[in-house]
Amino acid sequence: MLILHCPNCGIDADETELAAGGEAHLKRFGPGSGDEEFEDYLFKRENPKGVHFERWRHAAGCGKWFHAARCTTTLEVFGTYSAQTTEPPKEICDKISGKRPGWAWRLFK
Amino acid sequence: MLEAVSALDAASFNGFARIEEAGLRGMITLRGDLGSTGVKNAATGVAGVDMPGRREANCVGEKGIAWMSPDELLVLVPYAEAEHAAGVISRALAGEHALVANVSDARAMFYVSGDGAREVLAKLSPADMHPETFRPGQIRRTRLAQVPAGFWMRDTETFEVICFRSVADYVFGLLKNAAQPGSEIGYF
Repeated sequence: MLILHCPNCGIDADETELAAGGEAHLKRFGPGSGDEEFEDYLFKRENPKGVHFERWRHAAGCGKWFHAARCTTTLEVFGTYSAQTTEPPKEICDKISGKRPGWAWRLFK
Repeated sequence: MLEAVSALDAASFNGFARIEEAGLRGMITLRGDLGSTGVKNAATGVAGVDMPGRREANCVGEKGIAWMSPDELLVLVPYAEAEHAAGVISRALAGEHALVANVSDARAMFYVSGDGAREVLAKLSPADMHPETFRPGQIRRTRLAQVPAGFWMRDTETFEVICFRSVADYVFGLLKNAAQPGSEIGYF
C-alpha cells in the first residue's frame, strides 16, 4: 500500500484516499504551438523504472493537489511537496541523489 | 412551506456502539483565505467558538467550526439558524474573495457513541483512529467504505459523522454493519 504525506493537511494518507493525477511538471503547449510540441504535451509520458514524479490529489480528504516523488520499482516515497511549483524542491532532489545516484527524469537530475 | 426532514428520520441502531441519525443540522461552507481577519471574524462571530487550527474542530453543542482544508471551513449552527447565519457571513465578507454556501440540506449527520465507537469508524475508514492520534477537538476528512465522509469527536465516546445526504442510507447501513454485536475486534 502506497502511503503519501499530504503537505496540505498533514495527514499520511493511504492510496485508497488519494486520486492519481498522472505525471508531474508537464509544460502545456496549447494554441500557437507546433504539432510535434502539442503531441508531446498531450501524449508522450515518462514510464520510468525508478525515480518518478507524479501529481496526486487527496480526494477523500482535504481535496487538494500535491506532488510526490517516488520510485516505481520499490514504491519508496522520497517525499511530497506543494503543487504550486514547476520543479521539485532542492531537498527532495538531494534526497533522491543520496539514494539513487545519477538519477535523471526529464529535465531534472 | 414544506417542513424540512432529515434523510433517515432519526433512525437508530444499538450494536456494540450506538448509531443514531442526528437529524437536521445547519452547515455552512465557507471558503476563502483562512488567515484573513475578515474570514476569521465572520466564522467565529456566527459560531461563537474559537477559530480552529489545521485539522481541528471546535464545537459547543450544535454550534462549531471545523477545518475542512487549507481554504475551507465548515460552520455549524442549529438548522433553523443556518440561512440567517449564511446571510450574516456573506454580508460580513462583502468585498472579500470568499464563498459562503448553506449546505445543510446536502448533508446527513450521524452520532456514533459508546465504548466501541472508535472501532466502528476504524473498520470503515483508512484513518488512524488510535486514541493518542485522534482525539476530541480534531476533525478527519476521509472515506467510509466507498463514500467521502468526515468526523470529529464531541467527547471521548461520541463521534459526529457527516456525509452527503444522497448516501445517508448507505452510510447508515455501513455503520450498522460495522457495529453488529459479536463483531468487536477489541483493538483499542
